[in-house]
Amino acid sequence: MSINRGLTEEQIMLRNTVRKFAEEVIKPAARELDEKEEFSNEITLQMCDMGFMGAFVPEEYGGAGMDYVSYILTVEELARVDSSQAATVAAHNSLGIGPIYYFGSEEQRMQYLPLLTSGKLWGFGLTEPEAGSDAGNTKTRAYQNGDDWIINGSKIFITNASTSLTLGSSVLAVTGQQPDGRKQYTTFLVENTVPGFEAKAMKHKMLWRASNTSELYFNDCRVTSNMILGKKGDGFKQMLSTLDKGRLSIAAMGLGLAQGAFDYAVEYAKKRHTFGRAISTYQANSFKLADIEVGLNLARNFLYEVCRMADRGENITKEGAIAKLYCSELAHKAANDCVQIMGGYGLMKEYDAERFYRDQKILEIGEGTSEIQRLVISRIIGCYD
Amino acid sequence: MNILVCISRVPDTATKVIIGSDGKSIDPKGVKYILNPYDELALEEALRLREKNGGNVTAITVGTAEATETLRNALAMGADNAVLVKGDEPADSYSVAVNLADYAKKMNPDVIFLGKQSVDFDSLQLPSMLAEILGLPSISVVSKLTIDGTNVSAERDIEGGKEVVSTTLPCVISAQKGLNDPRYPKLPDIMKAKKKPIEEIASNNLDARTVVHKMEIPLKERKAKILGDSVQDIEMLVTLLHEDAKVI
Repeated sequence: MSINRGLTEEQIMLRNTVRKFAEEVIKPAARELDEKEEFSNEITLQMCDMGFMGAFVPEEYGGAGMDYVSYILTVEELARVDSSQAATVAAHNSLGIGPIYYFGSEEQRMQYLPLLTSGKLWGFGLTEPEAGSDAGNTKTRAYQNGDDWIINGSKIFITNASTSLTLGSSVLAVTGQQPDGRKQYTTFLVENTVPGFEAKAMKHKMLWRASNTSELYFNDCRVTSNMILGKKGDGFKQMLSTLDKGRLSIAAMGLGLAQGAFDYAVEYAKKRHTFGRAISTYQANSFKLADIEVGLNLARNFLYEVCRMADRGENITKEGAIAKLYCSELAHKAANDCVQIMGGYGLMKEYDAERFYRDQKILEIGEGTSEIQRLVISRIIGCYD
Repeated sequence: MNILVCISRVPDTATKVIIGSDGKSIDPKGVKYILNPYDELALEEALRLREKNGGNVTAITVGTAEATETLRNALAMGADNAVLVKGDEPADSYSVAVNLADYAKKMNPDVIFLGKQSVDFDSLQLPSMLAEILGLPSISVVSKLTIDGTNVSAERDIEGGKEVVSTTLPCVISAQKGLNDPRYPKLPDIMKAKKKPIEEIASNNLDARTVVHKMEIPLKERKAKILGDSVQDIEMLVTLLHEDAKVI
């Protein structure tokens, strides 16, 4: 099958396994969880039991020891069926586990990774009410007090930060000034039980309704200095690198959602008849589907190649941005065309097209808007030099 | 407890099957293959038995090199060893049964599991043939199994009800839906499956005792007609019932 081009035997087996799991375990529950805006501990723990949490983390920390391509395939196949569950997995791996695995001390890794690969969740607090694309405007601050640090400020739109399975979050805070006058950032590991820290679920979302999104409040929240992730002052670098990799998982969500919407649209168009013919035989529809198939092939080849670059330790700032931009716009197009092909039925909650249509929108916004991706790419190609 | 599970590689039930140009085989192009769903039940039962009693689960298949991928699947689900009896595409159920029996005679398993049928050719012959060649008792289409020491008690689905059958080990059991809920391979186990060895032995490419002459796919007919409640439609209904359906 073309979707498996260039994959190893294990990666193909993994894709088939995750697809089966998603179809049999997640699909029957997805619509109701979305409707009720409910985070499912049960499905999260089942996904954890399958080894989805910490897919790329070595076995000694409790992970599955797989490569980045395998992790991305997992997210893609989950998103093909349900974006909310894919978001829980993608955020926990890329933003929760990722920074601790890549930047944590050996002690921090041993303390947290075995828990985070066996049922506990971890958030990544970067975005603030007044600092999204403009991360330089971060207002959350931490100052030193003896051996401790005191954090004040707030964060918003933080995935997985306030479920009953959540252990804590990595939090980016301003900790002073660099010699060149720019802000110095440091990342702190803050457990949910620390006094002065509150994580609150955000409700009434348009999409990803079965995933958890939170606001974080820090009110003289005191942590010890061994809760600094890596070194003091490394925060900004850690954030950029985390987002580079995080973009690949958002790209995988776009690719998966596009495939899900496409599969749904093809099945419908072949069954639905108007004027005595299947609507898939009208060019108005068949050309839409052909265009999405083109996009899926290109997106898939490119995304897997960028994952291989990441596995080889190469810089993927530009390629990650390209993959994220292209896959999220492909998801937008596929979901939109899927609804269009289904006509009125596509607008009804009874059909998954409606959920695909809502869920795709965040992919052009979260982890760097499409505009920010274009900025990253245009900077790297030298437009502003 | 040593357990042998016989598995097969079959086209995915969701695959659209196309008949090859010879008119008597499946065109493998574009077909996705899976582990036969009934064999998944057989393997799951074997794994549970091992988890309870200790021992070893060996998965075996008779077929071409392509069947390796199906064996890897069985290893990822948790089988300890895998054996590929490698040769041409098996000619018929009998040749598969003879090859499996040859291996079973050497291994001497306490119990042999199979799916009640393979969803490709659906001949339903293999479990009984294998048991007959080995001279073992056989219980087929089992939906509930209890093994206590060497005593075996099995529930079988029969028309309109259930039957409870008992025997003693060693024996051959064929699995029916309802026997269990097969597990999904976990990601770390998929990685580990790569490292487990697959033993290859040459198959006796026996001449077939039965031969397939022809395959055909049933024609899809659109038979439904939708009529309204106007007088003309009701007249049309009467005409259709009389002339087409010939029921009035």
